[in-house]
Amino acid sequence: MLRLEARQRTPAWLNLTLPLVAIVVTLILCSGLIVLAGAGVADAYGVMFKASLGDSYAITETLVRAAPMIFTGLAVTLAFRAKFWNIGAEGQLLAGAMASCFVGAIPMPGPLAMLLMAIAGAAAGAAVALIPALLRVRLKVDDVVSSLLLNSVVFYILMALIEGPWKDPFSGYPISPPIEDSAGLPVLIEGTRLHLGVLVAVLAAPLVWLLISRTVLGFRIRVTGENPEAARYGGIDVQRVIVVAALLSGALAGLAGVGEVGGVHFQVMSDISPGYGYSGIVIAMLARLNPLGVVPVAIFLAAVMTGAEAMSRATGVPAFLSDVIQGTALLAMLVALLFTAYRVRRSA
Amino acid sequence: MSAVLEQVFQVGFLAAIIRIATPLAFATLGEMFSERAGVLNLGIEGIMLFAAMAGFTGAYFSGSLWVGVLAAVAVGALMGALHALFTVVLGLSQHVCGIGVTLFSSGLAYFLYRLVFGQQSVPPSIKGFQPVPIPILSDIPVLGPAIFNQFTLVYMAILAIPLATFILYRTPWGLSVRMVGENPRAADSAGVSVMATRFQAVVLGGALMGLAGAFLVMAQFNAFTFGVVSGRGWVAIALVVFGRWDPWRSAGAALLFAFVDALQLRLQAAGLGHIPYEAFLMLPFVLTIVAMAFMSRNAVAPSALLKPFRREER
Repeated sequence: MLRLEARQRTPAWLNLTLPLVAIVVTLILCSGLIVLAGAGVADAYGVMFKASLGDSYAITETLVRAAPMIFTGLAVTLAFRAKFWNIGAEGQLLAGAMASCFVGAIPMPGPLAMLLMAIAGAAAGAAVALIPALLRVRLKVDDVVSSLLLNSVVFYILMALIEGPWKDPFSGYPISPPIEDSAGLPVLIEGTRLHLGVLVAVLAAPLVWLLISRTVLGFRIRVTGENPEAARYGGIDVQRVIVVAALLSGALAGLAGVGEVGGVHFQVMSDISPGYGYSGIVIAMLARLNPLGVVPVAIFLAAVMTGAEAMSRATGVPAFLSDVIQGTALLAMLVALLFTAYRVRRSA
Repeated sequence: MSAVLEQVFQVGFLAAIIRIATPLAFATLGEMFSERAGVLNLGIEGIMLFAAMAGFTGAYFSGSLWVGVLAAVAVGALMGALHALFTVVLGLSQHVCGIGVTLFSSGLAYFLYRLVFGQQSVPPSIKGFQPVPIPILSDIPVLGPAIFNQFTLVYMAILAIPLATFILYRTPWGLSVRMVGENPRAADSAGVSVMATRFQAVVLGGALMGLAGAFLVMAQFNAFTFGVVSGRGWVAIALVVFGRWDPWRSAGAALLFAFVDALQLRLQAAGLGHIPYEAFLMLPFVLTIVAMAFMSRNAVAPSALLKPFRREER
């Protein structure tokens, strides 16, 4: 009979290998679906890799897609470190997108517009995240359900805007008016879509890492998450820490929306996020809640999403394989995490 | 004005409410069983979608709607078992697993649907369930045609509410479910297998979510589209809280939401679009969050919700 035994400490080598093992297991499991679709496994994954990381243009496309996922991954990481269960990154992203689109449509000098869009988007995301945080610390309302339900509330606010005041009066399409040309984020490499927001996203990861591991606030966040009793005993205002962590988390998710409006779509539509907020949870878990791990994991998932379309065209395997890979990777990682806390022992 | 009101409240209105409420009632009862046993199932959105896909495919190829219903229930139960494996047996965090199950099963549903049916300009459809009038009762004015001239699945939903109440409050298994949801430690000392009971409740919940998915593709839309569930799973999560984890109250909440939704559709059709219809659609979510704020003082949620149970750890 096998049983699980609690580990005293996690060996360092496990921290790095587990996500890799989870990803390999995921790709092996999903190759079953490729076979089912009548294609060659190496062929399908090969096309997927080539189309997402095979040449410099493909790499820029993958990075563009990774940017919002880095932001939502960081948002979830920061919140989960404080054990604030923010399932609402999706709604916070949409709020950030709406706010930045609103600001970006006002004529003003470009750099000022970009700065104000970022501030407005971050503030809007933070405001949405503040609701479940306050409900939790003041009224003990479960943050999982409240943050999840707010996603739907924000989504319907977006729909009301693009089917109401923002609706295109001529075509009747439910899309917002575009932002000013000057408010669009500058492209970093001519001929690609690689915009300034991608760079900001990649730089945000070490900043969040510094915040969590090298500042007093980060220390408070970690203690609050790991042992709220000890935190309280040590004089940390746990409720305040949770609210601050929620605000920062929401702001990061809001910035994901800013990047999509300012650098990719230049307007708001109903499908501006194909679930980047939920992907953030997958990314944060695969990165083991380490901000530095968020970037490679986000790039991996972005590559899967970017490559899936080309794979579908070349091999006929439905592009939805990328959605299955995301879900499977999260579940595989959760199981893998068991081995950090437990080890399998034979018992009598 | 009265002409508009007439248009809004015509005979079909009541029947429309019942039809909108039916999948929500199944899904809400399913989520309720799971949560009463202490397991939050955020996989509901994806489970409903995968079950809907399986149900549609089953009905399409077998030519029998009931084979489709069976396929949907089986897939729902199977995905419930997957969630239970992660959260109950392995004791992993329920909210993260739930999101994982939703991503996994909706991805799989899209993938398999595209694999089986390819990319078609007009999605394939089936001849869905037809209303089965109940003799005598369906002749009652107003209520008769609305409630007693419905699909068999609607009657099943109506019967499921008292049945769920009976199971939860009047059977030994229901007692076990409530015990493992409130105080698993005490249940364990009393000889109740926490793991088995929770597993069964989550699987039963998944089967009910499967019925919800079946209704959507075989009675409501008669086709599978990628937006066939479109947030109804999240609505069910809200309704369980709003209905205070009780079958009758949850079903009542589903009926209330269906009323608002049907009203919204009619107002739009009648050209009374002053209030954006999204305001109605977000109502259940806003109301639930407000209700949670008020309820938190007198704890009604199952105490052990979200808490994994490991026997060795005290």
